[in-house]
Amino acid sequence: MINEEIISLKNIGVRFGDIPVLEGVNLSIKQNDFLAIIGPNGGGKTTLLKVILGLVKPDEGEVRVFGENPEKGRRLIGYLPQHTSFDLNFPINVFDVVLMGGYKRLLKNYSKKDKKIAVDALKTVEMLEFRDRQIGRLSGGQLQRVFLARAIVKEPRLILFDEPTTGIDPKMQSSFYNLLSEFKKRMAIVLVTHDIGVVSTQVEEIACLNRRLFYHGAVEEGLKRLETTYECPIELIAHGIPHRVLERHEKK
Amino acid sequence: MMEILQYEFMRNALMAAVLASVACGIVGAYVVIKRIVFISGGISHAAFGGIGLGYLLGINPILTAIPFSILSAFGIGVISKQGRVNEDTAIGVLWAVGMALGILFIGLSPGYAPDLFSYLFGSILTVPSFDLWMMLLLDVVIILTVFLFYKELTALSFDEEFSEVVGIPTRSMYLLFLCLVALSVVVLIRVVGVILVIALLTIPAAISRQFTYNLRRLMILSIFTGIILTVVGLWLSYALNLASGATIVLVLGSAFFMSSFFKGLMPT
Repeated sequence: MINEEIISLKNIGVRFGDIPVLEGVNLSIKQNDFLAIIGPNGGGKTTLLKVILGLVKPDEGEVRVFGENPEKGRRLIGYLPQHTSFDLNFPINVFDVVLMGGYKRLLKNYSKKDKKIAVDALKTVEMLEFRDRQIGRLSGGQLQRVFLARAIVKEPRLILFDEPTTGIDPKMQSSFYNLLSEFKKRMAIVLVTHDIGVVSTQVEEIACLNRRLFYHGAVEEGLKRLETTYECPIELIAHGIPHRVLERHEKK
Repeated sequence: MMEILQYEFMRNALMAAVLASVACGIVGAYVVIKRIVFISGGISHAAFGGIGLGYLLGINPILTAIPFSILSAFGIGVISKQGRVNEDTAIGVLWAVGMALGILFIGLSPGYAPDLFSYLFGSILTVPSFDLWMMLLLDVVIILTVFLFYKELTALSFDEEFSEVVGIPTRSMYLLFLCLVALSVVVLIRVVGVILVIALLTIPAAISRQFTYNLRRLMILSIFTGIILTVVGLWLSYALNLASGATIVLVLGSAFFMSSFFKGLMPT
């Protein structure tokens, strides 16, 4: 596969009222990328994902998603939000929730193929046995896996994860990491996280976001500590490709 | 009991009960699971403005209530999604303005408004045949719309943000949904009146959802719950000579409390 650019953000600025959330953010994501974005609470991580998805319109700058505007291009993006607020008693089962991810357009019903893909997605996240379970009758970790299945059911070329491992027990976390290494063969991944574990074991590139997408001394220090903790070589920041920090893993 | 069916008004009343229950079973299921009970309350009260307009223009108030309730549905939908005004504020304003307009229109219309009370509190025993046909037509529109947009409306009710991401036109679907509520309100006005509409729209679905986690079954169950309870209310109001709309609402309310109580006793 050619490593084409799939997401391009140019000089993005977002304000909520008077409060700047994102300023001058430039980002380019290519088809083979696996990028982690770390940053403090309120640093604009979720907002950045929502800009890519077209859920938040930037006040400044240009967004291209697969060469189109986000509203069109996002059909190729899978999205796992940090929180999904829904009514725990909502009359729907796991399978129908996953099927929703395969939505095509108005007046087109889910086909047999869509249902087959939904079953496969449930198998991938090891939740097939719960397919008929009402959605509110699941634990937090199980729910997260169902929403992951919902995100991959349209076979996206890019998947966006927003804090995917918060509130999940360690066993579930490691199976999530295994899933990630599965996914990265098939699609680009962008992951917003606090979880250094996932960054060290899987991620190829890292960026820091605190209103601006940037690096400063303190973060370098943090990354040096990462280096000693995880014995992961660090390539220091080169201008021009500001989010290349950790060395690319050797391709097998 | 059977002999009362020989009266035309009684047959019409039963038809009205069935037609109203169909609308409120289907739309009420969405109203309850999407938690827009108070939006529906706002739309139904705003519809009173349309009733008043009917009096003023000297035409059937049900006909003027249709555009009026649809306009107020759009009003609430558009204002609340713009985000500058809170949704519940928008509801409160339209609720009051609609009622005030209705009263003003009726005051301006010549003569006395004899059956005004029936639009406020319902009068299932005096539903004319023309209104029954209107109710049937609106039921057909509601059923067709929900049949065509079932997966969009369901996804929207479950998770609006994700629906938008997968490409569902959430804004137009939401407005369509509020229009469905507006149409059901019109269907229900004749049975229980604008003030009590909210009971018929929510209680059958609220009772039924305690017994199923399947949306289609919830709709069907709500329809039958609605039919049974409205007919019981109708019969009680006839037998005891009570106000029909209020009796129906009280039967619905009692059934709701009883079902919640017994559901609480049942092992889960």
